[in-house]
Amino acid sequence: MPASVVPHERFEVSPLGPVVTREWAWGGADGSGIRVCVLDSGVDTSHPLVGGLEASMDVVTGDDGEAAVVPVEPGDEAGHGTACASVIRAIAPAASLTSVRVLSSGSHGTGAALLTGLRWAIDEGFDVINMSLSTTKPEFRDALRELSDAAYFRRCVIVASAHNMPVRSYPWPFASVISVASHDGPDPMAYYYNPSPPVEFYARGVRVRVAWTGGREMLTTGNSFATPHIAGICALILSKHRSLTPFQLKSVLYLTAENVAGSAATENGGARVD
Amino acid sequence: MLTDPPESTDITQRRLLQSIVEVARSVFGAAAASVFLVDRANGDLVFEAVAGEGENQLPGTRFPGGTGIAGWAVMGGQPLLVDDVAESPRFARAAAESTGYVPRSIMAAPLIADGECIGVLEVLDRDSRPRGDLGDMDSLGLLATEMATVLELLVRLRHDTGAARAVEVARFDLPLLQRVAERLPTASEQVGATVTKLLTMADELLAGGGA
Repeated sequence: MPASVVPHERFEVSPLGPVVTREWAWGGADGSGIRVCVLDSGVDTSHPLVGGLEASMDVVTGDDGEAAVVPVEPGDEAGHGTACASVIRAIAPAASLTSVRVLSSGSHGTGAALLTGLRWAIDEGFDVINMSLSTTKPEFRDALRELSDAAYFRRCVIVASAHNMPVRSYPWPFASVISVASHDGPDPMAYYYNPSPPVEFYARGVRVRVAWTGGREMLTTGNSFATPHIAGICALILSKHRSLTPFQLKSVLYLTAENVAGSAATENGGARVD
Repeated sequence: MLTDPPESTDITQRRLLQSIVEVARSVFGAAAASVFLVDRANGDLVFEAVAGEGENQLPGTRFPGGTGIAGWAVMGGQPLLVDDVAESPRFARAAAESTGYVPRSIMAAPLIADGECIGVLEVLDRDSRPRGDLGDMDSLGLLATEMATVLELLVRLRHDTGAARAVEVARFDLPLLQRVAERLPTASEQVGATVTKLLTMADELLAGGGA
């Protein structure tokens, strides 16, 4: 074995299976001990469907022109981040949520703020990062790819919304993130593996009841709302199997997907891994 | 006939936007379809074309960026659909005050040109024909992509035409005409008459399409 592939240090890896079922994957889990970061427009913590956060952060530009991530009073003028946070909370009620505001009014993911916020979230060691957004600006592609790879190797799972328009956008097509589009079923725990990437999974994304600004709720449809379903399910799985790598986590999602687990020759909807 | 190219592309843009919102309204059997463009100066969303409810009074109306469902489409850069918005009294009141119409559902897709979100295509209250929500969003996304692509072409055409006109103008010695205009009043009667005659001939030549 060449020296370059020998691990430099010992590390914990949760074993899979031997039969990976949905019960094995997240049965009884509530997201306890898992830290989820929502990169979005902010989160309104006063909404009953969301509740308290671990932290609310904003990306600001200092006097020196450098962007920095600083604590702010919780809030969300647009409501998009609040909607996403409410989905994660519904799936993984005990997971710790942190908001980083990278979208500001009138701007389409300014790119620079997105990079700064994502870099901060990876450095902070969040277990799961929800990105119900993408940037279409090609100048940010390479930096986003590097950050996505860095997150992958640091056991930080990025769950990103796929784009359903014929435009190039990032980071969802990168292999190191989990990309999510929508199915139109009503089950929040149902998801499907897509054997024709770059979209890897389909989760509930049609008529999803979400929190909105001013304590309101509404029914929304779009990949933005499918993504936090998978982020929440990742939090559940990680809370039960703490040392899964992103590679293993993706494998668990694959093995427990409706169209994979359902077709496997197991009694309780799972797939053997031995 | 000579036309003013920039004005011509403006008219083409307006007609294009109007025709696409009319197509969108027809395809979805919607109460209204509209297109907003982002004002680069302040991020406001400005109604540029409307078909159906509000088509007479809404064009030109603006909203702060990041607000409403159109704002979500700009911020997230992705299509989305919201149902039962009218159940929210605050939303209903705000919508009624600003547009005069309270929709039950709103579907919006961003217009992305050259990697920038330049606006939003929005459809209010689709009819109840049996179509999937996801299929509707895909269709709206395709229309938005088409619209953004044509807008991108128009902007390029305007830029190219403007540049071509600048080159065209530079071929002629306009300062010469300026000097003639300044000196003519002080010229002798005979010289003035000759110059005027020459200018008249030049004018007739140009008017005759001798370009």
